[in-house]
Amino acid sequence: MRTIFFILQKEFLQIFRNRIMLPIIFVVPVVQLLVLAFAANYEIKHLSIDIVDQDQSTWSRQLRDKLLASGYFSLHRQTHSTKEAYADLEGGRADLILNIPRHFERDLVRENKAQLQMLVNAINGSKAGLANGYALSIINSFNRSIRLNWLALKENDGPEHFDVSYRYWFNPDMNYKYFMVPGILVVLVTLIGAFLSGMNIVKEKEMGTIEQLNVTPIRKHHFIIGKLMPFWIIALFELAFGMIVGKLVFGLPFVGNIAWIYLFAAIYLLVMLGLGLLISTFTDTQQQSMFISWFFMIIFILMSGLFTPIESMPEWAQRITLFNPVAYFVKMIRMVMLKGSGWADIRYYFGVMLLFAAVLNSVAIWNYRKRV
Amino acid sequence: MSDYAIVTKALTKRFGHFTATDAITFEVAKGEIFGFLGANGAGKTTAMRMLCGLLTPTSGEAIIAGYNIYTQTEQVKKRIGYMSQKFSLYEDLTVKENIRFYGGIYGLNYRQIKSKTAELLQKLQLEREARQLVSSLPLGWKQKLAFSIAVIHDPSIVFLDEPTGGVDPITRRQFWDLIYEAADSGVTVFVTTHYMDEAEYCDRISIMVDGKIKALDTPGRLKAQFGADSMNEVFLQLARAKSS
Repeated sequence: MRTIFFILQKEFLQIFRNRIMLPIIFVVPVVQLLVLAFAANYEIKHLSIDIVDQDQSTWSRQLRDKLLASGYFSLHRQTHSTKEAYADLEGGRADLILNIPRHFERDLVRENKAQLQMLVNAINGSKAGLANGYALSIINSFNRSIRLNWLALKENDGPEHFDVSYRYWFNPDMNYKYFMVPGILVVLVTLIGAFLSGMNIVKEKEMGTIEQLNVTPIRKHHFIIGKLMPFWIIALFELAFGMIVGKLVFGLPFVGNIAWIYLFAAIYLLVMLGLGLLISTFTDTQQQSMFISWFFMIIFILMSGLFTPIESMPEWAQRITLFNPVAYFVKMIRMVMLKGSGWADIRYYFGVMLLFAAVLNSVAIWNYRKRV
Repeated sequence: MSDYAIVTKALTKRFGHFTATDAITFEVAKGEIFGFLGANGAGKTTAMRMLCGLLTPTSGEAIIAGYNIYTQTEQVKKRIGYMSQKFSLYEDLTVKENIRFYGGIYGLNYRQIKSKTAELLQKLQLEREARQLVSSLPLGWKQKLAFSIAVIHDPSIVFLDEPTGGVDPITRRQFWDLIYEAADSGVTVFVTTHYMDEAEYCDRISIMVDGKIKALDTPGRLKAQFGADSMNEVFLQLARAKSS
C-alpha cells in the first residue's frame, strides 16, 4: 500500500507539472461540449429548393408559399425551365427540385387528383431523407386543406389519409443537445481513460525509467495501479465537471439517479484503462501508443450510436457494436439521464461492462511483463 | 552463507542462435569493487541485466547476496541498487522529490526519508538545488545524485552500468570518491566502464570478449600476466586477439 502511495504521489506531481495537462483537463471538455453539442444537430433548416412552376396558377403559388413559409426551405430559384433546375441540382446549388406540372390546378379541380415531381440530391443521405420528409408533410397538409376548404369535399367523402397525432417521449421538444451532451460526456471520459493512461505507461518505457523501476522491489500490480489510478480519478472528476457544464449551459435534465451513472463510469473506466494498459504492452513509444488508441477510439466512437443510431447500421455492424464498450455507456447514460431508468433497466449494461473489465484487464496484465 | 556477494556458475543467455553471454563463472567478494570490462557488444550489459533480475538467464546459476535469481527475485531486488548512465532519475521531478520517491518505494519510512534526504543533500552539496527540477542540473551532478539514490536503501550490492559516461575527469574523480566511500561502508560495487583509468581503481577486474570472460584478476597481476604497462594495453591485447 505504501508503495502505491509513493507512486501515486509521483504520478500526480508529474501529471500536473506537465504544462498541457491542465488545459486538457479543463479546457478540452468545455470546448468539446460547446462545439460538438451545437454542431451535431440533426435538424436541417434552409434547404435550398428550386421550384419549377409550369402551371403558374393560384394553387401552385399557394403550395410554393406554404413550402417557403415553413422555414425549412429557402427558395434558390423559381423557373419555368426544368433544365435550369437540373443544372442547379447537378451543380449542388439546390438540394431539391419541386416540379409542378402544367395543368396542376385544372387536374386537381376536375379529376380530383394531380401529380407533383420531387427530385432530391441524395449525396448526403440523411439530409435528403429530411428534405423529402419535410416536403412531403407540407404537401400533405396542403392537400388536406385544399380538400376541405377549396374543393369543399365532405370529410366522410373517403379521406385518403389519416391524421396521426404524435408526442415525443423523454425529450418532448426534440432538443438534440439533450441527446448529444450525455454522449459527448462519454467521449470525454473515454479519451482520458484510454489515451492518457496508455501514454503514461509507455512514457516510462520511452524515457527508460522503467528499467530503474524494474530493479526495485515494486511489484507488477503496484506499478499498474499506481500508473492507472490517477487517470481513473481525473476522468471521474472530468465527468462531474462535464455534467456541471452540461447543466449550466444546456440545462441538461437529470431525470434518473446520477449515482448510477457514476457507478457505471467507475466500471467503464476500468475497461478503458485496461485497454490503455493493453496498448502500452504492445508499444514502445508514446507516438505508437497514441496512434493505436486513436484507431480504436475512432471505431468505438463512430460505432457507438452517438452520432448515428446503431439500429440503422447493417446487421453485421450491429453485431460488432456488441463488443463496443462506448456504445453501452452512451445508451446507458441517455437512458438514465433522459428517461430516468433504474436498476432493473440498466443491470444488463452493468453486467456486460463488468465482464469487459474482467476480460480486458486479465489479458492486459497477463501481457504486461515486468521482466522485459 | 558464503563470503561472496555474487556467485555465478556457467551463466548463459541466448537470443535465438546468438549467445550473448556464454557460460560465465565468477565470484565477487563482499565489499569488493569489481570492474566489468569489455568492448561494446561483448555481453557485459546482458550479464549485468541477468544479475539484476531484468533478464531471465537461459541456463546456469547465480546467487546474489545469498539469494537465487530465479526463485528469490524479490529478495534480490531489495538488496541491490542499480544505476545506469542513460536513465534513472525523473527529469520532471525535483531533486528532493526523486529522493523521496525512490526512498519510498524501497520501503523507507518518513523519518528515514527525511534524514537520508538531508544527509544526501549535504554530502553532494545540493542543498540549494533541492527544489530544482533534475532536468536543470548538469550531467555530472545528476550522476552523483543517481548514485546516491541507488544506494539510498543501503543495499548489499550496487550495480553501475557505465556510470561516468560523458563527464569531465574531475567529476569522474569525485564520482569514484563516492564509490570508495560506499565500498568502505561494506557495499559491494559491480561496475562496467570503458575508461581504462577507472579500471585501475577497481580491486579486481574481468574482461569479457565475445560473451566469455577472458581475464579476471587484480589490475596489477593482469598487467604482469600480459606484460603490459597499463590496463589499456591489456584490454587492447585481448580485443585484438579476437579480431585476428
